[in-house]
Amino acid sequence: MSNRIPNRKVICDVLMEHAVVDKDIVVLCSDSRGSASLTPFFERYPGQSVEVGIAEQDLVGIAAGLAKSGKKPYAASPASFLSTRSYEQVKVDCAYSGQNVKLIGISGGISYGALGMSHHSAQDIAAMTAIPGMRVYLPSDRFQTRKLFEALLADEKPAYIRTGRNPVEDVYTEENCPFEMDRATLVREGSDVAILACGEMVRPAADAAELLAAEGISAQVLDMYCLKPVDREAVLRAARTTRAIVTVEEHAPFGGLGAITAQIVSENDPKKVLEIALPDEPVITGTSAEVFDYYGMNAEGIAQKAKEALA
Amino acid sequence: MESMENLKRRAYDLRRDTLDIIMAGGGGHIGGDMSVMDTLIELYFNQMNISPENREDPDRDYFILSKGHAVEAYYAVLCARGFLDLEDVRARFSRFGSPYIGHPNNKLPGMEMNSGSLGHGLPVAVGLALGNRMSGRDSRTYVVMGDGELAEGSVWEGFMSGHMYGLDTLCAVIDRNRLQISGSTEDVMAQEKLADRVRSFGWHVVNVEDGNDLDALHAAFAEARETKGCPTCLIANTVKGKGSPVMENKAEWHHHVPTVEEYEHIVRDLDAGKEALLNV
Repeated sequence: MSNRIPNRKVICDVLMEHAVVDKDIVVLCSDSRGSASLTPFFERYPGQSVEVGIAEQDLVGIAAGLAKSGKKPYAASPASFLSTRSYEQVKVDCAYSGQNVKLIGISGGISYGALGMSHHSAQDIAAMTAIPGMRVYLPSDRFQTRKLFEALLADEKPAYIRTGRNPVEDVYTEENCPFEMDRATLVREGSDVAILACGEMVRPAADAAELLAAEGISAQVLDMYCLKPVDREAVLRAARTTRAIVTVEEHAPFGGLGAITAQIVSENDPKKVLEIALPDEPVITGTSAEVFDYYGMNAEGIAQKAKEALA
Repeated sequence: MESMENLKRRAYDLRRDTLDIIMAGGGGHIGGDMSVMDTLIELYFNQMNISPENREDPDRDYFILSKGHAVEAYYAVLCARGFLDLEDVRARFSRFGSPYIGHPNNKLPGMEMNSGSLGHGLPVAVGLALGNRMSGRDSRTYVVMGDGELAEGSVWEGFMSGHMYGLDTLCAVIDRNRLQISGSTEDVMAQEKLADRVRSFGWHVVNVEDGNDLDALHAAFAEARETKGCPTCLIANTVKGKGSPVMENKAEWHHHVPTVEEYEHIVRDLDAGKEALLNV
């Protein structure tokens, strides 16, 4: 792997750059500053840092109160706990009350690998997108993560952002990272099949398109980093310009990118939509790379699924 | 600031308004409305720097009704303070499309946060007090909880963090009416030695023996204001359904809507109470 910078480190960098001038930025952690790569922020800006201990409900409630007082809180905690342990605080205190709280789900999906299902967040897209007023983002690489946080720093609405624990291969480059807020990014144009992916699955989707190209199959790749609001036009364009769709996500097979995509496509321009997701059971023990390989959530598996979709 | 005599009369008037709101809407949580009324009056008429004119001023004081089901009492007090219009609340409470729902709605003037799910208010209040201190404001933050609500673990997370950050501008009130929907709090989930429990979390605790006594509440809030270095918790020992024997200390009046006969009886009792006050 060439890239050694995890997306979470980029989040800390962006927040530190802005916290110099914007004293309303406050970072909250629940004994999670190390896991979130936010220790440098806590060290440099102790007056803008809040530790709440291992208490995710308190974390989100306090963040909402800080927002009510005019602060711009960024609450970072493992996605597994943040998205479901404090779900009600997210629903009522952040979204329903309309508070500008940014929730950063770190070590998302199956990042924690062998630590088991307690530490996996395979429900967060479904849970968070179901809340009125909550936005949901799964950035793919470090360059997009930076652009996304630059955009989030400029708005005053709540959002949930999931990021992984480990460095991921780049999808974009520093010079070439097209980004428009709440618009999916077209990673690769193609006319046979469209592969819609989010988060850490975008890079393997792009690699799958390479494999397919070698076999004469033209695959379009869409980076669906914005799960909510979802870019309906991009999904419909993918459906109209190709013959079949494959979705790939590090999430349960319910209520995630696959379900969202199928809903949009079936309502408008019916096409076959095949989904690659985690199984509806505790995932097999292993590193995230081993687990992805086992379930076909890699370039080869995605290419295979694309061919099935076209068959 | 109003005279205590006026406020004591208001306590009867606003209970009557609360009753009328409930009758008009055909629903509500009358027992907890009546127990917490005096706390709300003391806060909104005597303690808090908050008014319709300064409600957007960051330097105001902040209030969160964590026991959000007591919203009818909150409506009555906000109407009396000029935030809301009583006629409008009565006409539309709980009606189709109404902003006056059965729990606080922060789209309405004067309501800071939505609540309803119990155990949320204290952590939010901790965040408010912390944020205001970070911004160099001396705003005070008040949060009112029920005693049944204390079974929610998030309340105790809030007690921990309020102490951890030494938030002396934060004052929590527990409306200790000893009843919840299923019966006595002590039978459902006991809260005995409550003052000791909260004190052990590092808070200054004021036990208000009669939490429906405005004079006693006034003194307790003054003590909270003078307490430095830690947050204060008032345990307001109140009577659920306070105002008429028809509804006092009866768990079934948690959300009972009075019959016409019961309504008339309560009105007579409130009128008599107010009359007795005037004759003192």
